[in-house]
Amino acid sequence: MKQHSLALKLSAGFGFVFLYAPIIALIVYSFNESKLVTVWGGWSLKWYAELFRNDQIMSAAWVSLKIAFISATLAAVLGTLAGFVLSRMRRFRGKTIMAGWVTAPLVMPEVITGLSLLLLFVAMENMFGWPAGRGTTTIVIAHTTFCLAYVAVVVQSRLASMDETLEEAAMDLGAKPVSLFFLITLPMISPAILSGWLLSFTLSLDDLVIASFVSGPGNSTLPMVIFSKVRLGVTPEINALATLMILIVSIAVIAAIVIMRRQNRFQKP
Amino acid sequence: MSVSSGSPIITPQTLPTWRQKEAEPFVRIEQINKQFGDFTAVNDVSLDIYKNELFCLLGGSGSGKSTLLRMLAGFESPTSGRIIIDGVDMSHVPPWERPVNMMFQSYALFPHLSVEANVAFGLKREGLPNHEVKKRVAEMLDMVQLGHLARRKPHMLSGGQRQRVALARSLVKQPKLLLLDEPLGALDKKLREETQFELMRIQDELGITFVVVTHDQEEAMTLATRIGVMNNGVIVQTAEPHEMYEYPTNRFVAEFIGNVNLFDGTVVTDERDSATIHCADIDSLIYVDHGISCAPNQNVSVAIRPEKIRISREAPTEVNNHVSGIISEVAYMGSQSIFKVRLSSSKEVRVTQPNAQRDSGDRLTWDDKVHLSWDADSSVVLTS
Repeated sequence: MKQHSLALKLSAGFGFVFLYAPIIALIVYSFNESKLVTVWGGWSLKWYAELFRNDQIMSAAWVSLKIAFISATLAAVLGTLAGFVLSRMRRFRGKTIMAGWVTAPLVMPEVITGLSLLLLFVAMENMFGWPAGRGTTTIVIAHTTFCLAYVAVVVQSRLASMDETLEEAAMDLGAKPVSLFFLITLPMISPAILSGWLLSFTLSLDDLVIASFVSGPGNSTLPMVIFSKVRLGVTPEINALATLMILIVSIAVIAAIVIMRRQNRFQKP
Repeated sequence: MSVSSGSPIITPQTLPTWRQKEAEPFVRIEQINKQFGDFTAVNDVSLDIYKNELFCLLGGSGSGKSTLLRMLAGFESPTSGRIIIDGVDMSHVPPWERPVNMMFQSYALFPHLSVEANVAFGLKREGLPNHEVKKRVAEMLDMVQLGHLARRKPHMLSGGQRQRVALARSLVKQPKLLLLDEPLGALDKKLREETQFELMRIQDELGITFVVVTHDQEEAMTLATRIGVMNNGVIVQTAEPHEMYEYPTNRFVAEFIGNVNLFDGTVVTDERDSATIHCADIDSLIYVDHGISCAPNQNVSVAIRPEKIRISREAPTEVNNHVSGIISEVAYMGSQSIFKVRLSSSKEVRVTQPNAQRDSGDRLTWDDKVHLSWDADSSVVLTS
């Protein structure tokens, strides 16, 4: 028994080191005084100061945050609708296809998603003249498409576990469908929508591949700027930037987890 | 409706409404059918429920009782047939427009709202002014003795408290008809008994018509003014509790309500006020004090309740209605004892005896040879 638990501990420890050692190294080196990334020259915050003076990075960060916010919001709305259709509508023609369509972006290689969206945007521009060129709009549409899938899955599972008699009780007490939705259903699933939003936000913020396909000149997102800079050699500035991004993403993910946990506890009578 | 006091003469008004011939039913269910695909959940049910009744729909799972209740609430619409409540055809009226409220088996309390807000929910949908809502919620919470918990969330309440919140919430709109789906199902035995009487008190106080769905025959017997027993989507008998127990009209009801011994046999003689039946299991003929009005030699079942059978070591003097056997099992239950007696045909008969004396020296026990007998008016002949 003891031996067994030691093995478990070892594998857990190995897993942690494997996952987090590179990140910790990155964070530590972001406080490095030295200009050389691989040589330790003492503690300093100077690369953070440097980072905030870099206009290219700052504007890319602003573009990324804006895109992440808009596409997470759109994905939350559309994903909620999709989740509703999937969990509430009894069988209808094409339900399987729709379920497949909603979950496809979860398993589809990003290169393919990016490429197919690019082809679509180009074809649309030729046919209707919209979207004119590629830029923030096309990235938002692309990000909404694949984030929607995550929201739909979270909302669908929430609805599936929700006691349907709650809605019947509300109708029985005189709530018409619209007030039923806003007074009962929405508050019940709002933690799922919120955590779906946070998840979408981080996914959009992280995405490099799809954005590279569908962005245009002057609309580089943060991951794209980082990637192009890294190709010329890693600067300590990038370490500082990466550390900040890790911070934002971790906060969002932890918040999503906490929200889901609280909701589960709340549900238990 | 108050019963006029002081008059010893039985006027039609003192009869329960459902026994009055000319009484107008409050809820009228007309030839209701409900199909789910190929499955018929409710099959051509017609039923009248009168004002101030506490009507119990009793049946096992899948008997269609819940579907019938859900059609009264408006969650399902009938495939065919009509539901008329207080003179208005409600068959296809949505639930939010019906003068009907329901208490759910799971209670279905809104988890994100406080007790107070749960009870207020229905009143707010009516658009009542705030102070009126507050007043009525407070009154209702006092009636179910939960005034002190008004600000709690449902998950902070015990099962019994949640049940009372659900009841308060379903009563606060003063519905014409209250539907209760297994109202006591989730409570423990002691609480269940208390709540039964509480429900009867509230029903009496508010004068609202109740329709209760339950699978628990004991619950139905205590609560109901009348019971409708359902099986396979059909109401097999509608009767007052004692009538249902003493005069079941078919084998299903006889076996479903309480315990019963059924003897299969054939009719020997059948007259206006008496009949004799021959059963292979029983040494003598069975003599009953009512006619059966059936073809001679018809196959029938004779139902005899365990507490209506006498058990003794001495042979009875009567010619009919007795049989002998050997005690194969004894269960001492405190207030009564249950005996299982094996007849010579190896059929087992269940007999219960009240333990009237504290210690009756000569106690019947395993393997005793005993004689069973019963009166002519104790048995019921069932033709279906």
